[in-house]
Amino acid sequence: MDQRKCECGHTNPIGTLLCESCGKPLEAFGEGQNAFPDMRYEGMARRSQTYTTKWIDKVWNFFSSVKVAIGIILVILIACAIGTIFPQQQYIPVPVPTEQDVARFYSDTYGTLGRFYYELGLHNLYSSWWFATLLVLLGTSLVICSLDRAIPLYKALNKPRLNQHKSFLKGQKVFAETNLPEGTRAEELLEASAAAMRKKGYRIFAADHALLGEKGRFSRWGPYVNHIGLILFLLGVLLRNVPGFYMDKYVWVREGETVPIPDTPYYVKNVAYHTEYWAKEELPVELELEEGFAIPKSYQTDAVLYLNKNADIPGAPPDLVELASGPILVNHPMQYEELSLYQSGFQEMQLGALNFTLVDLKEGNREIGPVKLDLFDPPKEIEVAAGYKVRVLDYFPDFKMGSDGKPITQSNLPNNPMFTLEVIAEEKNISEKMAYLQGTVITQKKDSRYGLKIEMPDLIDITGLNVRVDKALPLIYFGSFVFMVGVVMGFFWQHRRIWVQIQEGKVLIAAHTNKNWYGLRQELQGVLDQLNLPVKVEENSKA
Amino acid sequence: MQLYKLSDWLLDAAFLLYVLASVVFIVAMTGKRWSGRDPKQHEARYGRIGYWMTVVGCAAQTGYVITRWIAGGHSPTSNMFEFMAFFDYCIILAYLILYRIYKLPVIGAFVLPLGVIMLAYSYVFPKEITPLIPSLQSYWLYIHVTTAALGEGILAVGFAAGLMYLIMTVPQNVPNKSARWLELVLAVVLMLIGFIGMDSIYARLDQQTVFEVTRPAPGAQGGEVKTEVAYTLPAIVAPADSKLVKEGPITPLFEAPRWMEGKDAARKLNTMIWSVLSGLVLYAVLRLLLRKRLAAAIQPMLADIKPELVDEISYRAISIGYPVFTLGALIFAMIWADQAWGRFWGWDPKEVWALIVWLFYSAYLHLRLSRGWIGAKSAWMSVIGFVMILITLVVVNLVIAGLHSYAGV
Repeated sequence: MDQRKCECGHTNPIGTLLCESCGKPLEAFGEGQNAFPDMRYEGMARRSQTYTTKWIDKVWNFFSSVKVAIGIILVILIACAIGTIFPQQQYIPVPVPTEQDVARFYSDTYGTLGRFYYELGLHNLYSSWWFATLLVLLGTSLVICSLDRAIPLYKALNKPRLNQHKSFLKGQKVFAETNLPEGTRAEELLEASAAAMRKKGYRIFAADHALLGEKGRFSRWGPYVNHIGLILFLLGVLLRNVPGFYMDKYVWVREGETVPIPDTPYYVKNVAYHTEYWAKEELPVELELEEGFAIPKSYQTDAVLYLNKNADIPGAPPDLVELASGPILVNHPMQYEELSLYQSGFQEMQLGALNFTLVDLKEGNREIGPVKLDLFDPPKEIEVAAGYKVRVLDYFPDFKMGSDGKPITQSNLPNNPMFTLEVIAEEKNISEKMAYLQGTVITQKKDSRYGLKIEMPDLIDITGLNVRVDKALPLIYFGSFVFMVGVVMGFFWQHRRIWVQIQEGKVLIAAHTNKNWYGLRQELQGVLDQLNLPVKVEENSKA
Repeated sequence: MQLYKLSDWLLDAAFLLYVLASVVFIVAMTGKRWSGRDPKQHEARYGRIGYWMTVVGCAAQTGYVITRWIAGGHSPTSNMFEFMAFFDYCIILAYLILYRIYKLPVIGAFVLPLGVIMLAYSYVFPKEITPLIPSLQSYWLYIHVTTAALGEGILAVGFAAGLMYLIMTVPQNVPNKSARWLELVLAVVLMLIGFIGMDSIYARLDQQTVFEVTRPAPGAQGGEVKTEVAYTLPAIVAPADSKLVKEGPITPLFEAPRWMEGKDAARKLNTMIWSVLSGLVLYAVLRLLLRKRLAAAIQPMLADIKPELVDEISYRAISIGYPVFTLGALIFAMIWADQAWGRFWGWDPKEVWALIVWLFYSAYLHLRLSRGWIGAKSAWMSVIGFVMILITLVVVNLVIAGLHSYAGV
């Protein structure tokens, strides 16, 4: 006889443990190896057991294994842990402008181990191709594991197992058998037990001499719902790689300055930036703070967001329209549609402009007039006084002597400003060149007529704003929400079923739950006590 | 001001009550065979006393949380002291919740000492109420940190029950691998106790040892930087290339290996050595007094409790703690991170370790539900899981630098 054909006449797919129709185990069961099949998937055949020959089946079967899924989880876990041994590149606490500086940081700070860490690329572990591959493997496993189990389980649970074979009932962890009490009709008993179960919230399915009470079936979907949540979450993460879904820009804006946000039609203005510190009177308890140390209370930029209406016209001057204005604080970003602006850095008391006084050294240091050199927008020429001009010949905001002996600038931030200037006294027809570097003025001629007296520079605050668009975020949050719903469904409810059948003057009672057997036994005992059946509910030895 | 004092006093009261409750729970287990007693009655009676002491202690700690919250103007979860004390509070709360379900008081013999250790550990950190720095000024501080701590507290009860299960079931009559590992776990617990003891004693003695360390300067310019490293504990190991500035109670025996160049690495190594040494001394003393393995000494006291029930409690705690942890330590954390830092996830060490804990308990649940890992295997996993939680809460803050480092101050 075909092994898949049950004696009831139903043909089951390969891999079926319990007949889909009558519930009889398809192989004889006894103790140990041949124990009654596990009820987790209702003894249904899963695709991974039915089809095993083609390569696609092999791939499917690999990913449908919970063992493999656990393996992937543990490998990701170990990878994650390795990534925290030393800081990732983005969290290096000192500036590392070049790749050599990065390498130097790891070997200088952490010695030999640090060097290995860097050389193995572990300093960028979470953005590495192999870590991404692990996440993709996890996602694949989630999808296939869920489909492989959820579909047969749905088929099985959708058609309640009502008139089941005696061996199905006997195989259940909770099973009891007793004689039909004298003088009680089978129908009466079934009716009474249906009523008792209904009172406990069970849904009743009935046929001739057979009864099934079921409740909390939805909790069986908990694991699949939470896996769907995780899949949505991972899809959200993937979506951020699609152009337009995710944008991450950083702009430094001086007080009073309006700058474009790169790759967008938006501009942002820093009206004012200020850091506030907790005052002594505000502290709940007196603290012994070190001299000169204060605890910051707020970092705030008053900002205005503009839209450039001419953004699409190449070469056109920006035509700015105000979209939003107000303070940006940590924890309180400025929102405009999908754009968010975050307070995420600041540089206070930065050099904004250098101030000098032009003096005539030959006339007893006579002061001619002030010279202001804006470091972010240096002037070409300054009228100092009638007949006196200063021209800016060259400007290096972040000066460094290049390897070829020529001056270069390392960045466009004025970290180490260097100017070369020309002083022109038109009436006297004198032109002298001089340079400013690191707090000193060097004149070209040894015995020059004019000099620059250094005055207090203008100090300004610069704010660092992070500009983000993250359109995948709603999906990511929704996925998390679905995950939580699934976990709660699965963990805090249970699927309970109680079968009552009357066969040849015997009452057969069996019960199944997916968890909390203690609770099920209590509930079943309550039902039986109401029916006055002399049965004590106990669990079969089979675990 | 007065409120702040009151909150301190309430916390001390809670601490005292937890210590007493631990003693009572241990008596509930050990005293069963005392002359002329009915074991069942004895256990029930002392279990009840211990339970009510815990309830009162928990009420006192609730009072501490409320008064400190009012005094400081923010939830007491903003620095290491406050967090550890709150974590302890959650462990006790989780115990009380699980007691309502299973009515097995003697779990308290394991949970309460754990609570006492955690609370004692919080006392190691500075206790002042500090005002909130800008990144912490958000109502998510209350929501994220409290939910995460509650989840971790429930998982910690899962650990306590798991450890209890192992002590009950690992065979002690013949030497075996499990028994040796179990002794190691208990020795590590003693090391933690040793560390707390040493640190609290020396913090009050003020016998600092100070070294001056010379290191190459970071960045491209080159040059050297001199920093001072102060040890609270007597120095066994000095930082590499260092000069003694202020002598402590003992002279250092050796220098840390050169590759341990990270800031304070040598000081952390020194603390580690003291913790291990003091833990081993404690272990040796107990072992000599008992003349058998510690687990073997505890095992008979748990003889009449069903291991299956303890296993079930451990699993139940984890299955309740897991969703709470996910919600608090990952989902709420992501929402807040998006608001404060402009990204919901940034691979900061604290975030990564929360994820590691989550992955680990996910593996636990799959192994238990799908591959039938119940009993000893699952109990061992609950122990490892708790170690991971401690790494997340403590090691990440104190050893690994990251965005959450403010919590270490």
